[in-house]
Amino acid sequence: MKMETTEKKVNKVENDKKDPVIVIKNLKKSFGEKVVLTDFNLSIKQGTNVVILGKSGSGKSVLIKCIIGLLKPDSGSISVFGDDITQMSYDELNESRNRVGFLFQSNAIYDSMTIRENLEFPLRRHWVDITEEEIDRLVAEGLESVGLASTIDMMPSELSGGMLKRIALARTMILRPEIILYDEPTTGLDPITSREIEDLILSLQKKNNASSIIISHDMNCVKHVSDVVVLLLEGKCYTESTYAEMAVSTDENIKQFFL
Amino acid sequence: MSIVTNTKEFLDETGAIAKFTGRFFTTGIMPRYETKELLNQCYIIGYKSLPLIGLTAFIMGLVLTMQLRPSLVDYGVESQLPVMVGLAIVREIGPVISALIFAGKIGSSIGAELGSMKVSEQIDAMEVSGINPYKYLVATRVFAATLMLPILVILGDTISLFGAYIGVNIKSVTSFELFFLQVFKSLSYSDILPAVVKTIFFGFAVGIVGCYKGFNSSKGTQGVGISANSAVVLSSVLIFIIDLLAVQITEVLGLN
Ligand SMILES: Nc1ncnc2c1ncn2[C@@H]1O[C@H](COP(=O)(O)OP(=O)(O)O)[C@@H](O)[C@H]1O
Ligand SMILES: [Mg+2]
Repeated sequence: MKMETTEKKVNKVENDKKDPVIVIKNLKKSFGEKVVLTDFNLSIKQGTNVVILGKSGSGKSVLIKCIIGLLKPDSGSISVFGDDITQMSYDELNESRNRVGFLFQSNAIYDSMTIRENLEFPLRRHWVDITEEEIDRLVAEGLESVGLASTIDMMPSELSGGMLKRIALARTMILRPEIILYDEPTTGLDPITSREIEDLILSLQKKNNASSIIISHDMNCVKHVSDVVVLLLEGKCYTESTYAEMAVSTDENIKQFFL
Repeated sequence: MSIVTNTKEFLDETGAIAKFTGRFFTTGIMPRYETKELLNQCYIIGYKSLPLIGLTAFIMGLVLTMQLRPSLVDYGVESQLPVMVGLAIVREIGPVISALIFAGKIGSSIGAELGSMKVSEQIDAMEVSGINPYKYLVATRVFAATLMLPILVILGDTISLFGAYIGVNIKSVTSFELFFLQVFKSLSYSDILPAVVKTIFFGFAVGIVGCYKGFNSSKGTQGVGISANSAVVLSSVLIFIIDLLAVQITEVLGLN
């Protein structure tokens, strides 16, 4: 336990020297009358796992959907690898999405396609020059890495929720993204499967030396994977610290997550 | 009060559908084309609807003939039965009934499919994977519906006429050749062409409405059900409205 914290501290010092990969400034987003993000600021350094905590409906999904460009913010800037994605054209945005992966809360596995086709889909679209052998190899490798090589020719309806989550993880990782956004990766899974998913997230992360934002309210998951924890409250970044610091906080708004 | 809000909702919805349709002509018809998905949709939307449309068309032709006969007998023009039935089927009943069946089968399945893709974030996932979901999902389905319905209606009309031939032969005897000779002699291009052209619009309406409803599905299984249901209702109404406009236009053009 102690070893782990010192190790994390060393990481943190190292990371402080690196340039941030994502910088969010004064982000605002509302839907009609409903204000979701009022003034959100955050900067994420390379190689760190940032967990975003927040109540259901507080705008966590909206935030990461803004980062990938699925939602357009009302104002503010989001720079990813130094380029402001809110100013990009459709093609430029697609280009930058090559380097960013997104794991959807509901997995978003295409249910009219086999598992193989699901994994091939992003490959064929993003890497237009890729050969068939290369595709086959990457798909097999991807499934291997989540321990589901045997499902390659199955349909999504034949698999369980935990298996689909792992397939979704493999599909997200297949383009070797440098930034990965996870929307509640363990919500709705049993504790053992949750743990497996967390381990996979960490190991795949290490392999690609990626940075990530993980939305979660599962405190075991937060403890296990986070380098930095951010609390999203009333559309703002309420605090930014570590799990260990938050666990001993006396702030009512923070304490409620540790009950 | 509720009339005001209803009117506003109606206008908002109309505007949104118009915008959605506009996107078809700006992004939808531009390259690059999703040819493989288009062919797949033509197969699903066209080929797989044929048995249903064929069956209903056959029954309709048969029943229509049997229903018309007594009146024609009363007027002593029973010999005109093939002409009457042929005109009714080709000009109006064939296109409209087949389009309504099509709206029921295809409108609901597109609405439900895209609706469930929407709520399970599959449409977002496509977007993130570098695919324009409007092109991949909407343009292909709308194209397929627009291309396939006219073909289905032509086939359906033909099957209907077979049904009518059998209907004629229940109570009297007409040879196959004579029946079809009579039917085709009475049909002119101005009967066939407007009927085919309007089915192109029927198909387009069914495709667009199904996709629109699916894309705007609200969360939950109930949302998907509502999408499928309202896609059928709206496209059926649109079929009649287009039919009404079509008859006015052919009238003005002197094609009647
Ligand atoms: N596309 C949308 N249209 C309208 N409202 C939305 C949309 N997406 C999210 N919202 C609203 O924004 C708020 C935050 O949603 P979300 O980010 O999904 O919450 P969570 O923190 O649980 O992920 C919710 O109240 C939701 O109703
Ligand atoms: Mg969410």
